[in-house]
Amino acid sequence: MSLIAKNISLLIGNKMLLEDINFAVHPGELVAIVGPNGAGKSSLFKVLTREYAFFNGTVELNGRAYTEWEPEQIALQMGVLPQSSGLNFPFSAYEVVLLGRLPHSSGRIRDQEIALHALQLVDAEHLSNASYLSLSGGEKQRVQLARVLAQIWEETPVFAERYLLLDEPTSALDLPHQHMILNQAKTISQQGVGVVAILHDLNLAAEYADRIVMLKEGKVHTEGTIETSLQPPLIEQLFDIKVDVIKHPQSGKPLVISSGHYS
Amino acid sequence: MNIALDQKRRFIMASISVLAIALCIALPVSTTVGPMDISPWDAIVSLASTLGFINTDIPTHIATIIEQIRLPRAILSILVGSALAVSGAAIQGLFRNPLADPGLIGVSGGAAFAAVGMIVLGSGPLFFLKDWLEPYSLVVAAFLGGFLTTLLVARIATNKFGTSIVTMLLAGIAINIVTGAGIGIFTYLADDNQLRTLTFWSMGSLGGATWESVLVSGTLIILAIIMIPAKARSLNALLLGESEARHLGVNVDKIKRQVILLSALAVGAAVAVAGMIGFVGLIVPHLIRMTLGPDHRYLLPASALLGGLFLLCADMLSRTIIAPAELPIGLITSIIGGPFFIALIIFRAKRFSI
Repeated sequence: MSLIAKNISLLIGNKMLLEDINFAVHPGELVAIVGPNGAGKSSLFKVLTREYAFFNGTVELNGRAYTEWEPEQIALQMGVLPQSSGLNFPFSAYEVVLLGRLPHSSGRIRDQEIALHALQLVDAEHLSNASYLSLSGGEKQRVQLARVLAQIWEETPVFAERYLLLDEPTSALDLPHQHMILNQAKTISQQGVGVVAILHDLNLAAEYADRIVMLKEGKVHTEGTIETSLQPPLIEQLFDIKVDVIKHPQSGKPLVISSGHYS
Repeated sequence: MNIALDQKRRFIMASISVLAIALCIALPVSTTVGPMDISPWDAIVSLASTLGFINTDIPTHIATIIEQIRLPRAILSILVGSALAVSGAAIQGLFRNPLADPGLIGVSGGAAFAAVGMIVLGSGPLFFLKDWLEPYSLVVAAFLGGFLTTLLVARIATNKFGTSIVTMLLAGIAINIVTGAGIGIFTYLADDNQLRTLTFWSMGSLGGATWESVLVSGTLIILAIIMIPAKARSLNALLLGESEARHLGVNVDKIKRQVILLSALAVGAAVAVAGMIGFVGLIVPHLIRMTLGPDHRYLLPASALLGGLFLLCADMLSRTIIAPAELPIGLITSIIGGPFFIALIIFRAKRFSI
């Protein structure tokens, strides 16, 4: 039982955006997808989240192809946080998070409890009654994350394996909240949820991910543990940039230091 | 528990009750208004006897005026107002744009074009109608016109990536230009008699209300008003964005299809019996959103009530301002709606520039 993409190729116009990609995320792990701009991260994300339906290959969610699931059933197993959200109406932050409970029929009281907890997890409880439109970009992103967390909050009787897919969840956040959000993602993965996150910051990936998938030019360039994938030669090939990798003084994990573009 | 949310819900429920009560009061009041003075008491007694509650000695001519003229007209006002307001609210939700309106995606334009064509050319093109449907040919034409243009716009805007809202709005604008030109051509072709009907109709009027028109349009409108709020939760999710709604398990394409179809149905039926009445679908949902919030579970029923109330009052105005003549109701709603729309644009521009 996993989220598995097999032999994914995606052709838009006559541009090959993805070429024969194999990707899987299993319950209990946090997988980071990294790569330069245009490497196909977002395309892969859209294939995984069934926003694109016209690719070659198969995507299986817990043993069945997407087409064999009803949309409501998928929503009980998978939460997706897009990069930015265009909510244009004055819902309160709390109401936005409650929308995450839409696929569930757990009752209003339980839904409200979950929404409140989810807001606490992303450090946004004090924003509950504020209009979503009055929030800053980072606050909006945290509220949206709370909504997605509320969606996959607990196992449902039918679906135990859940997945959380995050498209650049840290892009609008300040430093403490970047760590807070990824900490939450990590905690959730340790509770048995399979988490996928597109990340730009290799050091955030190093600190929180269990596995890294590096994409380049629509193909999987490297895949593996943090230690095996965050090697200077690999990173240099991927990004065309000169790097040093040292040990993080506290965590002992790899720490990537860029030292200028190759010329 | 969240106290603010509970308070909000109580406030919403109270507001909806107030709207419902106001509508119940306004309905009998509106039957007292008109060229002939009828006292509120006579009106109520006459209404009660119409409904079969009591037997009275109200003079027949008063009873007839109430029963055959003012009551159907009042009910038609409420139906048309509700239809326009609910479909406005639903389409704004679908497009995630509070400035959208059934007129924008070509529903009204298509309905108007077909209806005007029917007035000028006669019902020849609708030869397939059964005889008993003949009297409703204008309704059928308006509905078909609205429906077909909506389908065309939706078709233009859909590709393998899904339906693009921007393309749809642009297609709607283009279609409106074409239907506008078509209406112009028909106006040019019309004879004097048709021209009068046409002018009156293009400015909107509830003067032609009969129990028949109430029955025909009412069936369609009530169907839509009942079925659209059933999609309230999905419409709420859609406000987050289409892909977000999809990830929440909403069958987005199906909801879009259904809401557009039901709106075309309601607007087509309303345009057919009352002509072009603008801005109701814009003003009413906006006022509700400003006071009760954007949650469609409350927005849609509250819009139905306020839309009915609004048009009922506007119709009373249209009958009294220049009595004994009538001012077309579309002019009244536009006089109120135009400045409101401008104020809205300015307000939004200010808020979003911050």
